[in-house]
Amino acid sequence: MSGVRVLAGTRKGAFILSSDAKREKWDVSGPHFAGWEIYHAKGSPVDPDRLYVSQSSGWFGQIIQRSDDGGKTWFQPGTPPGEPTTTPEGMPKAESNKFVYDTSAETGAPLTTHQFYDGTQKPWEFKRVWHLEPSLSDPDTVYAGVEDAALFRSTDGGKTWHELSGLRGHGTGPSWQPGAGGMCLHSVILDPSDPARIFIAISAAGAFRTDDGGKTWKPINRGLHSLYIPNPTAEVGHCVHHIAMNPSRPNVLFMQKHWDVLRTDDAGENWHEISGNLPTDFGFVIDVHAHEPETIYVVPIKSDGEHYVADGKLRVYRSRTGGNEWEALTNGLPQSNCYVNVLRDAMAVDSLDSCGIYFGTSGGQVYASADAGDNWAPIVRDLPPVLSVEVQVLK
Amino acid sequence: MIRVTLPYHLRTLARVDDEVTLDVQGEVTLRSVLDALETQYPMLRGTIRDHVTGERRPFLRFFACEEDLSHQSPDTPLPDAVANGTEPLVVLGAIAGG
Repeated sequence: MSGVRVLAGTRKGAFILSSDAKREKWDVSGPHFAGWEIYHAKGSPVDPDRLYVSQSSGWFGQIIQRSDDGGKTWFQPGTPPGEPTTTPEGMPKAESNKFVYDTSAETGAPLTTHQFYDGTQKPWEFKRVWHLEPSLSDPDTVYAGVEDAALFRSTDGGKTWHELSGLRGHGTGPSWQPGAGGMCLHSVILDPSDPARIFIAISAAGAFRTDDGGKTWKPINRGLHSLYIPNPTAEVGHCVHHIAMNPSRPNVLFMQKHWDVLRTDDAGENWHEISGNLPTDFGFVIDVHAHEPETIYVVPIKSDGEHYVADGKLRVYRSRTGGNEWEALTNGLPQSNCYVNVLRDAMAVDSLDSCGIYFGTSGGQVYASADAGDNWAPIVRDLPPVLSVEVQVLK
Repeated sequence: MIRVTLPYHLRTLARVDDEVTLDVQGEVTLRSVLDALETQYPMLRGTIRDHVTGERRPFLRFFACEEDLSHQSPDTPLPDAVANGTEPLVVLGAIAGG
């Protein structure tokens, strides 16, 4: 029988929530890496027991953790178990935690500056890994979206990381600026029909696409309209909060921008707004039903000044028409005195026949629906604030 | 034998319960002690000193014998009491966190 494993990253550790395919009774494991911020945890679609975790701390920096047994044991892949902990020269190994922008003449790009909050220019400075995206075909290949914004790739199971510098160096970098959470590359989508095509999104720069495996990139923000920047239709500078795709239609992407929900039907060449009858179109998460590519989910947040759900009601909104027409999903969710937020990487869908939807809140709840959003129940109620949610179906 | 006291989160990362002890060859300085620490506990590399610059991370401080050693040269000899193991070198988070 199939099972489901939910990986929840929180402000104070990672949690693993496991169930059978009914998704009614859950086992909770954790906290793993107690006390550390876990921005993201995700499993390989090729080998579900291969998990990658971003563990970080403002004091101690960035750690990459890996499990090869579904989260029972963990190690830093730069120093695998059973291997020497030092190089032949006697230097300590821990290369898996080392994210260095590539400025080499051969493959790199000069380390330029980006716009800071006050409008001045500031050099790129690595802070943390926001998102880990394992390859669709190789468990040892994984991408890392980082702050300050750049994309890294490991092809050795996370032991070493190399920047795909064509993104940071493609030319518009000085116009990029941090959002309230930092200048983060938070979304990485791999095209299942074309291994050379990758979509990413940066707050606040916008969405970008490569068609050559990461060598060159182009901004894909035509159609975005952002009133809070000097030129509302600029090529870059938009605060994209998240993007999502159904793998069966890789040219169709959905976007939750700072304000506005949008879609593209041509791989990002043109976007148009689909906010429709949403009560507010500010928000962070957006995701797509696993089997119905025109069914999408958002959690509207009151405003950029009040990062909690509107009217004290936690409502997931679903559109079955690819946008514009939205219905509130409330069964099992608190409908009074609720003031939580749902952050950009904190929603996921599973691929079981009856599609499961999952999301985590700033109040520490992780909710699950085993029927595409019609009914909800909390898996856990009292975790630390949830930063990310991913789900795996286990055969 | 050199004694080093680590902050809680670095003890859990290094999987040690208490202060660590190190053999340090040559002169006992911040640099030689941290080099030995990172050799014995490679998972700590980058958590105390930046991976690239080797500089102390901004929110960490070094103390020994009730002295703040955070801003001295990493090649300055540490106090005799640290070098002979009477007192530990303390690596401390600079501010408390929730």
